[in-house]
Amino acid sequence: MLDVRGHPNRLGLWGWLGGGRWGTDRYLYTLHRLTGLGLLGYFVLHIIVTSSRAFGQQAWEQAMARVSGPLFLIGEYLVFIAFAFHAINGIRLVLIELGIGVGKPIEPVYPYRTSLDVQRPLAVGAVLLAAVLAVVGGLDFFVWH
Amino acid sequence: MPPALPGARPDFIQDIAMTNGNSEHVTYRVKHFDPDRDQAPRWQEYRIASSAGMTVLEGLWQLKETQAPGLAWRASCRMGVCGSCGMWINGKARLACNTQIAELESSFVTVAPLPNFDIVRDLVPDLTPMFDAHTVVLPFLIRSDRAEQESPTVEYHQSREELERYLQFSYCIKCGCCMAACPTFATDALYSGPMPLTQAQRYNSDSRDDGFGQRKTVLAGTAGPWRCHYAGECSRVCPKGVDPAKAIQLMKRELVLDFLRLRRHSRPTDLVEKPEGIKRRPDIPEAPARTV
Repeated sequence: MLDVRGHPNRLGLWGWLGGGRWGTDRYLYTLHRLTGLGLLGYFVLHIIVTSSRAFGQQAWEQAMARVSGPLFLIGEYLVFIAFAFHAINGIRLVLIELGIGVGKPIEPVYPYRTSLDVQRPLAVGAVLLAAVLAVVGGLDFFVWH
Repeated sequence: MPPALPGARPDFIQDIAMTNGNSEHVTYRVKHFDPDRDQAPRWQEYRIASSAGMTVLEGLWQLKETQAPGLAWRASCRMGVCGSCGMWINGKARLACNTQIAELESSFVTVAPLPNFDIVRDLVPDLTPMFDAHTVVLPFLIRSDRAEQESPTVEYHQSREELERYLQFSYCIKCGCCMAACPTFATDALYSGPMPLTQAQRYNSDSRDDGFGQRKTVLAGTAGPWRCHYAGECSRVCPKGVDPAKAIQLMKRELVLDFLRLRRHSRPTDLVEKPEGIKRRPDIPEAPARTV
């Protein structure tokens, strides 16, 4: 066989973030990953802050004072939005991975109808539910408290 | 230009203008790479005349004949069947022969090799990793009656309903468009990708096949379907409507059911009984001698 050594052309992270004419589900995929990374970052920060309690009450109060400004309140709200989207979209993905909502194999006749069209109500419902949670969370963060 | 017909779409009017001989010009922006000369790919622009119904592939031929004789790409059938001319056209993986310039709705046609594969030269991607992954998932009927498979005497039984469980996935032409569009494959070289996994599901759901157990060892590993998170881009770009995203989700369900020992294992279908007392009609010739 001919040994070919071509020029690397893997999209890498650009494959997640851009570089093409993507569809809606592609953006949900990217948002799911970004919110997942955001939540991971929050958990690391959370562990660092709460671990200060091990160094005494003064260290704990100093740490809490550092993360109690309005900027951190907005940050916490963003974490809540990320959580709402990631959790609900995650449930959608679990359902899809169990074959729920994607339809059965069909004979492809142009114009093709794919599983993306079949599961569209799930995707729209997940985004709407996340949006409702984000609004309710916003009221709880900034109005009711 | 003829007067606009009531309710006519703008592209329809454009088509009329083109068939009347008013050809338009488009700018082709083509990615070049010569492994003997270039350190990295480079872009070059060409201006060509386009006419109604002209495909991106026909534009490339025109380029080769008039302005870029050294331009390299793969193509064969010109009718969306062979899967050779998969390219990255205006930001989307498509077949060049199956894409009309008019449908791009732009005076610029950007053509690059399919991403996520190394570039051999110009618009030619190295699809070897895809075919290697395809081989690994055992894309053929696996049965215990090997002698019958090697030298068939009759057909295997299969009902219409059983056929429809995999027919959609068997339309795959291995063009690689789904692999180029997959964001997971873009960052993860270990992932098999949509095409090989779809073909694994095609055979797993074939009632004549008994190879799920063997394929499972590959599919349950890191190369398997669990790296797919349903971006759905593979199904959106597939030029044959194969819907790889659906195949991969159905495969995940089978793997989950199998893990929970809830998957119904059915015996592969039997051979159709050979009819007795049937004579070949004289106008039907004998099959040619086997060559392999």
